[in-house]
Amino acid sequence: MSGDPLFAGGVDWVVVAFVVVKALIGFTIVMVGVIFMIWFERKVIADMQNRIGPNRAGRWGLAQTLADGIKLIFKEDLWPDKADKPVFRLAPYLSVAPAFLTFTIVPIGGVFSGGNDGAVELFGRRTWLQVADPPVGVLFLLAMSSIAVYGIMLAGWSSGSKYPLLGSVRASAQMVSYEAALGLSVVAVVLLSGSLSTHDIVAAQAGSILDWNVIATAGVPFAIFCVAATAELNRPPFDLVEAEQELVGGFHTEYSSIRFGMFYLAEFMNTITMSAIIVTLFLGGPAGPVLFGPPLIWGILWFTLKVLVFLFTFVWLRATLPRYRYDQLMDLGWKRLIPLALGWLLVIGAQRIGLDRGWDRFVTGAASLVVLTLAAVALFGAIRVAERRRQSDQFGEVVA
Amino acid sequence: MVDTIVFAVAAVVILAGAVGVVLSRNPVHSALMLVMTLFGMAVLFVAQDAHFLAAVQVIVYAGAIVVLFLFVIMLLGVDTAENLSTEPLAGQRPAAGLVALASVGLLAVLAVRAVQVSTGSRSVSAPLEGEPSNIATLAEVLFTDYVFAFEVTSVLLVIAVVGAVVMARRPRPDPEGDELGVERHAEAELA
Repeated sequence: MSGDPLFAGGVDWVVVAFVVVKALIGFTIVMVGVIFMIWFERKVIADMQNRIGPNRAGRWGLAQTLADGIKLIFKEDLWPDKADKPVFRLAPYLSVAPAFLTFTIVPIGGVFSGGNDGAVELFGRRTWLQVADPPVGVLFLLAMSSIAVYGIMLAGWSSGSKYPLLGSVRASAQMVSYEAALGLSVVAVVLLSGSLSTHDIVAAQAGSILDWNVIATAGVPFAIFCVAATAELNRPPFDLVEAEQELVGGFHTEYSSIRFGMFYLAEFMNTITMSAIIVTLFLGGPAGPVLFGPPLIWGILWFTLKVLVFLFTFVWLRATLPRYRYDQLMDLGWKRLIPLALGWLLVIGAQRIGLDRGWDRFVTGAASLVVLTLAAVALFGAIRVAERRRQSDQFGEVVA
Repeated sequence: MVDTIVFAVAAVVILAGAVGVVLSRNPVHSALMLVMTLFGMAVLFVAQDAHFLAAVQVIVYAGAIVVLFLFVIMLLGVDTAENLSTEPLAGQRPAAGLVALASVGLLAVLAVRAVQVSTGSRSVSAPLEGEPSNIATLAEVLFTDYVFAFEVTSVLLVIAVVGAVVMARRPRPDPEGDELGVERHAEAELA
């Protein structure tokens, strides 16, 4: 808990320059990432659907995203008659800003091997390879994801039209619901690392692969986080927000031109940021073997590879899974993911206390699993009773 | 120097937001102005090294409570500009004026006599020196000295949740099949 060594010797103009350059580099990484992610997504989906995909602009269609961007900028900017002008204008920015701000707490590299604390020497200063390391790290992530709701909600409302409003109410309900599961699965990670700061969480996973939180927490919080993150991103199979068959285009139906482009940008920024966050929290961030040469390069390389795996998985999910129904989505969030996350938190908490007190690991584990099973039986029993009662209310007869 | 600039900027943001909440005619704009005020306060918390408080301020107030306000405003369709010519509660405006004057007076007294009036110290809590971190200290205090208050608060919240669910539950329809159940349901939704 010492903070970035960059600030250890006071703040002079070099430090200020460092921070500004870091922020610029972070922004560039995300923007260039978005350009390639859009191309990547279209190409991969095309492959999975036996099409060729974009292949006109540039080699392998690589410049397709740039062409799209230029097209969007020069399109006419339409204002719906009943739009609430200031809010309509504000909403796209409220979508983009949190997406980028979350990326600032991700350590994209750093030397953690051999007892090193992750600091890297650049231009005679030691610093961490992340734009910011707030002491509340993970809470900052949750704060930003709760702010991201505003962009979507206000976009839908300010359009003054019914489909966007329905889409945005759906989206906000979905995001607020899954935030709970997201937060609870992060708590397990925080419990193991003993710190909220993303840098400390990565440092705690720096040893062998067994120290990675995905293994140290036995995978359950990781799975919950991945599902909840997909729902937070409003990506398939949880893209009810823009379900074309029901809502035209969802919250951004009335947006055109570059304002629409900004929502598009925010969506892909969020996808990249969320993949980076998953890697940071559960897969050790830049942790990985240093084969030869400078360890700095290898950290960044491992981090990029891990993020790419998740980016591919998100595209893969979109190409293969049908969309969830709304009640299924809410059932999954409230009745399955949140209880499971809470229960698993108890198991991990019991293990941690057992470790401090010197209890037998397996007895503690077995006891907490028994308690968990009993609680699960009680919960699902209660849910079934409630469902049966609701059905008998609706149809006027007792369904046995 | 930096502290002063941060304070000045945050204060302007907070005050502009607060005035905006009162002056906006559209409830959605008021809610957004409230978010602006909450953000300004979060910045002030960060400036005081209360990082945890700042994060919780944003997550709970901006991220949950105001979103709920907006939900209600959008779903009940009261998002049209308010007609200010009629006074719904008789005598409300003079009373509000009195309360405002009293608050300003109280603040003026506090500002003029800065230190001694309320608690005798310049801030409510002394700065934490040599502690591991602000968050660890907070957690320790919360789960040792104040654990009883903490648990009672959580019980209170659970009661509130259960109460809300009970209130929002559809009443069982009458076997005679009259419309009473439907009406009661509609009333419960409005309330």
